[in-house]
Amino acid sequence: MSRKISYVQAFNEAVRQEMRADETVFCAGEDIGGFGGVFQTYAGLQEEFGEERVVDTPISEQAIIGLGVGAAATGSRPIVDIMFMDFICVAFDQIVNQAAKMKYMFGGSATVPLTITTGGGGGLSAAAQHSQSLEALICHIPGLKVVHPSNPYDMKGLMTACIREDNPTIMIKHKRLLGMQGEVPEEPYMIPLGTAATLREGADVTVVAWGRMVNEAFDVAEKLAEDGIDVEVIDPRTLQPLDSETIVESVRKTNRAVIVHEAVRFAGLGAEVAAQIQEEAFDYLDAPVARVAAPFSPVPFTPALEQHYQPSAARIEQAIRDIVARPGA
Amino acid sequence: MTTDRDDTDQPLRLRIPEPARGQHAPDRVRYISAAGEMQKPALDEKVERVALMRKQLVRVLDDEGRAVGDWAPDISVDEKRRGLRNMMLVRSYDARLLRAHRQGKTSFYMQSLGEEAIACGQQQALLPGDMHFPTYRQQGLLISADYPLVTMMNQVLSNEHDPLHGRQLPVMYSSKAHGFFTISGNLATQYIQAVGWAMASALRGGTEIAAAWIGEGATAESDFHAALVFASTYQAPVILNIVNNHWAISTPEDFARGASATFADRGYGFSIPAIRVDGNDYLAVYAASQWAAERARKNLGPTLIEWITLRVGAHSTSDDPSVYRPPEETEQFPLGDPIQRLRQHLEFLDEWDEERHVALQAEVDTQVNEAFAEADSHGSVKTGDVGSARTMFDDVFAELPRHLREQRDRVEELS
Repeated sequence: MSRKISYVQAFNEAVRQEMRADETVFCAGEDIGGFGGVFQTYAGLQEEFGEERVVDTPISEQAIIGLGVGAAATGSRPIVDIMFMDFICVAFDQIVNQAAKMKYMFGGSATVPLTITTGGGGGLSAAAQHSQSLEALICHIPGLKVVHPSNPYDMKGLMTACIREDNPTIMIKHKRLLGMQGEVPEEPYMIPLGTAATLREGADVTVVAWGRMVNEAFDVAEKLAEDGIDVEVIDPRTLQPLDSETIVESVRKTNRAVIVHEAVRFAGLGAEVAAQIQEEAFDYLDAPVARVAAPFSPVPFTPALEQHYQPSAARIEQAIRDIVARPGA
Repeated sequence: MTTDRDDTDQPLRLRIPEPARGQHAPDRVRYISAAGEMQKPALDEKVERVALMRKQLVRVLDDEGRAVGDWAPDISVDEKRRGLRNMMLVRSYDARLLRAHRQGKTSFYMQSLGEEAIACGQQQALLPGDMHFPTYRQQGLLISADYPLVTMMNQVLSNEHDPLHGRQLPVMYSSKAHGFFTISGNLATQYIQAVGWAMASALRGGTEIAAAWIGEGATAESDFHAALVFASTYQAPVILNIVNNHWAISTPEDFARGASATFADRGYGFSIPAIRVDGNDYLAVYAASQWAAERARKNLGPTLIEWITLRVGAHSTSDDPSVYRPPEETEQFPLGDPIQRLRQHLEFLDEWDEERHVALQAEVDTQVNEAFAEADSHGSVKTGDVGSARTMFDDVFAELPRHLREQRDRVEELS
């Protein structure tokens, strides 16, 4: 049965249902117990499962990820939380050199069913060390899987899949989407990792976006439809592994592509998507692949500046209009 | 391997700090010595002997407001009054900016209510040129160094006079001229930087010392432990402050302390002299800071100080402490309020009275209100009167590279 709940509640429900179903699942992180996490993503879980399965930890990102790696390698299915995505940098060795490579380096005998959850994205006036979108850094590492849901339905399905996954996964919760409401089935379900969603079919141009930018792009697409511009919107949902097939197929149909992300443009994940499109659909393209992303500077604090920093509906619309205006081959 | 596992072996269990929540801080403040009870060690006292103090508490002010014992500092009445004024100014400043938050003029604020003595007292014991590496609750350092209130407020309001140009979170001040290193949102990073700064000061033959600051919760970060190794190895001229205000957002101090009795315990394993000090006793704060600073200046190495205090308010304007802490906590805190205690001392000396106190309160409130009116006239986060979008590209690099200049031009076209 489906009813409307928030993005946060969808996350919380996925964790709760998996903890009920599987005793090896436990959570650890700063302030996640009695307080329920600073974003309330873990609210009420310690009440139901106790302090040994919802563990409040001291402030040490390195230790939080490290304990997750150790526990995962010995048969548990830990979910560990890093309050802000920016703080994964503190624990980068545990993620990049340990969690990601353990199965490979142990000759295949180690399994690391670890889920790292973290709050990403900007738009909340949280400044340079609490607003970054660092997905390109982690998608670059063989051995990790990375998801970034754009709505409550995907959140629950992807989080459930992450918990059941036998590889280390990183779930990026977008901080601006926490209160977003949407239809979510009560019963547990999985969205297979590595499958994109086509949110809107269109014939003129393909827009690939993730996280909060999916919703921005979707609204722009609806608006442009009134002007006769038919936009297809694709949300990869999983950033690693990326569902390139869905993207390429779409571009072969529309012949034009715009990629939108919050991260800085230079060496952002959009560069990889653009490269794959030109490798697989070069002969179909009517225009160079366009990217809408952040400038090459840290995220500013004040909304007066951040509004210029973050990709906006206006910038997305302009990029789509520009690419559609180019004459086709 | 000598034997097989025995069926009668007990299943393993973890210790979860318990009761983790709902326990009042008064019950959790341990090892409270009487004022004057602690002897003041010689500056070069052996670390083993200083270590005997780690389960005691250096206190100067007794319940009647007398300054007693070895640690009572030799400072003038005027200096004490200045300390009182600085603390009252900090409290008034905090109250005004919390109001600014409610008015929507800043989106974020962090007050230091109840902890004012530590930053104010230590600043009074240090010299211009020394460098603090603070966390986000040491606004008292800047205010006691006479950093202009208006400039601080401009930063919090993110207006066109904000010295950090709207880039940094409110309260993350920065002023090299006032010995105040840039605050980081990621915790504990400043601790090892302070040690590095102190090492550099010694390497170039300087006389300036560093003061590292950290909350008790963030001592769990690896940077804290690495900083202690380096400070110990090189005997760096640094004061290693741990402000134990009992709360890390919603997490009680027990979690970071582990099974150790105190945070001062952390020093002994690194052979760093460590003392525990009543952080709500302005005279004890001054005396202990002065002792640690003198040790550093005489090349006797680092000193670790655990300050016992209480975070009376919320962590920040983003959390509601009623969800995770008992309301009676402040009232029952055994070390009282730092402003009241210094006031009581001055009254005991017949150097202060109700009338002067009320007058001083009015004076600092007026100073704060006037400063706020001026800062507010330059705009706030609400009015968005910060520099134009082109400033986003300034200071990313020492010189603006060509590709950023091009991006700046594009942003201007769009905005």
